[in-house]
Amino acid sequence: MDNTITKTAESKRTARVRSATKRRETLSGYLFIGPMFLGLLILTIIPTIITFILSFSDWSFIAGVDKLKFTGFRNFSRLFDDHVFLVSLKNNLYLLLVVPVQLIISLALAVIIDKLVYLKNFFKIIFFLPYISSIVAVSICFQLLFQPSYGPINQFLRSLGVSNPPTWLADIHYALPSVMVIMVWVGIGFCLIVYMAALQSIPKDLYESADIDGAGAWTRFARITFPMVSPTTFFLLVTGFISSFKAFDIIKVLTEGRPAYSTSVVTYYLYTTAFENLKTGYASSMALILFGFVLLITLFQMYGQKKWVNY
Amino acid sequence: MDKRKKGIRTVTTILMLLAGVAFVLPFLWMISASFKPEIDVFKYPIEWIPKHWNVYENYSEVWFGEHPFGIYYWNTVKVSVITTLVSVWISSMAAYGFSHVDFKGKNAMFLLVLMTFMVPSYSIIVPQFMIFRWLRLFDSHLGLILIGSFSALGTFMLRQFFLGIHKDYLEAAKLDGAGHARIFLQITIPLVKPALATYAILRFIWTWNDYANPLIFLRSDRLATIQIGIQKFASESGVYYSLIMAGTVSAILPLLLIFIVGQKQVIEGIAMGGVKG
Repeated sequence: MDNTITKTAESKRTARVRSATKRRETLSGYLFIGPMFLGLLILTIIPTIITFILSFSDWSFIAGVDKLKFTGFRNFSRLFDDHVFLVSLKNNLYLLLVVPVQLIISLALAVIIDKLVYLKNFFKIIFFLPYISSIVAVSICFQLLFQPSYGPINQFLRSLGVSNPPTWLADIHYALPSVMVIMVWVGIGFCLIVYMAALQSIPKDLYESADIDGAGAWTRFARITFPMVSPTTFFLLVTGFISSFKAFDIIKVLTEGRPAYSTSVVTYYLYTTAFENLKTGYASSMALILFGFVLLITLFQMYGQKKWVNY
Repeated sequence: MDKRKKGIRTVTTILMLLAGVAFVLPFLWMISASFKPEIDVFKYPIEWIPKHWNVYENYSEVWFGEHPFGIYYWNTVKVSVITTLVSVWISSMAAYGFSHVDFKGKNAMFLLVLMTFMVPSYSIIVPQFMIFRWLRLFDSHLGLILIGSFSALGTFMLRQFFLGIHKDYLEAAKLDGAGHARIFLQITIPLVKPALATYAILRFIWTWNDYANPLIFLRSDRLATIQIGIQKFASESGVYYSLIMAGTVSAILPLLLIFIVGQKQVIEGIAMGGVKG
């Protein structure tokens, strides 16, 4: 009898101690993640909710909250009649092309640098340089390189005998491709580094057994390297798509959407709508569509990872 | 056979060197133009090594002329250093909390943090701008630092490393009576130091190169960072291309030095983030 009483008392005490430590544990948990959580709450979560709400309104932030008018889906139906928005969206879809081109070039470079050259590290640094350079400086430099009449690129083309070289960034048809070339150039380094890390994690014995079977270089690439890096390819494809939707700096500095909106993108149109034309509601509905696209790509990633990637 | 392999290797190295030079040609052109007098900039054939040097004049005009490059630099250094420190500190705290502390609602909160990662920053600039005006953070370095400091990315990246620390380490410390604060500071932080360095360098580079945030959240010229400064300089100095190139070289150079010193961290950080997703 006595025994059981002390036992229950003891277990009660340990239970109390345990719940006290539990409470302390919870408290320290909140203290550790508190600053980050609070920051994200104020700077990301609440703004996301506000974007959502404002996208159904007709409002300008200089007008004061009492002028806020909800208009349902009118912003969205207006957006799909808005020529500039549609062109910008179409350009964003074109920009997606940058990603596969980048991947092909950087995978080729990665394989060559990994297996076939001396000075590996030196090459890594060389191809990585554009990625760490500020996009503003790079854009300004390319403005001069692409200068139609006396820029080095056209002078070079003329010296080769091209009498009427394109005016690049000033030409409706060449402006967007020029921007895309620069984007490929800037992004190669990142893909290259990621690919090289992936190549190094391929087990060496796979290649050895391929050697025994007498497989040639191409077969080894097609049968071993390419499938083994497919998770990386998929990852780079998805992150590349997402970041191409976020392209803003290069457009703002290089072209400001010109000529005739031929290089405008959603983020740039959003920026001018919000901060130059001060149409907060309308800009917010664009922001929501942008969010929707990024979300769609993310869902595609979650779904696709299970289905297509060859581990 | 071995000799043949060496031969192939030498040839591809030479070919790749040529490709590499072609790849960085825009940089070489930029540097060379910044060293020349204005009339030589667009001379063709290109004088890669200038015949007439104008280095001192160009750079002193950029640094001590009408546009206060010194101030832009100082602003950028200040914002980048503080952002990096704050971000590393807050992110590692959150990473520790999410990996080694058990508390109610941990999974739900982590999911929420994960979700913020999917929100493109341009989708929320308008509300951020409004909130900053209400909180009087608009047009201040403090605001810019806050924007750069709270990113879920750092939390994820560092969490991987905190998770990699064996629980036994921490259990032993707990038995000795150490609380979470002490375990965090004295045990885990030293163990994840390389990861902190990697994240710090990446965050520094991102902040230094950030253009959109200073463009939107700053207005005064005396607060401008180098990215804003260089763009203003380029659009306002009209046709003085040698000066503009001296400005762009000045904007890139510090990062280049940091990258060369910390290239191992940068490359590892990129590779790690990439491979782990």
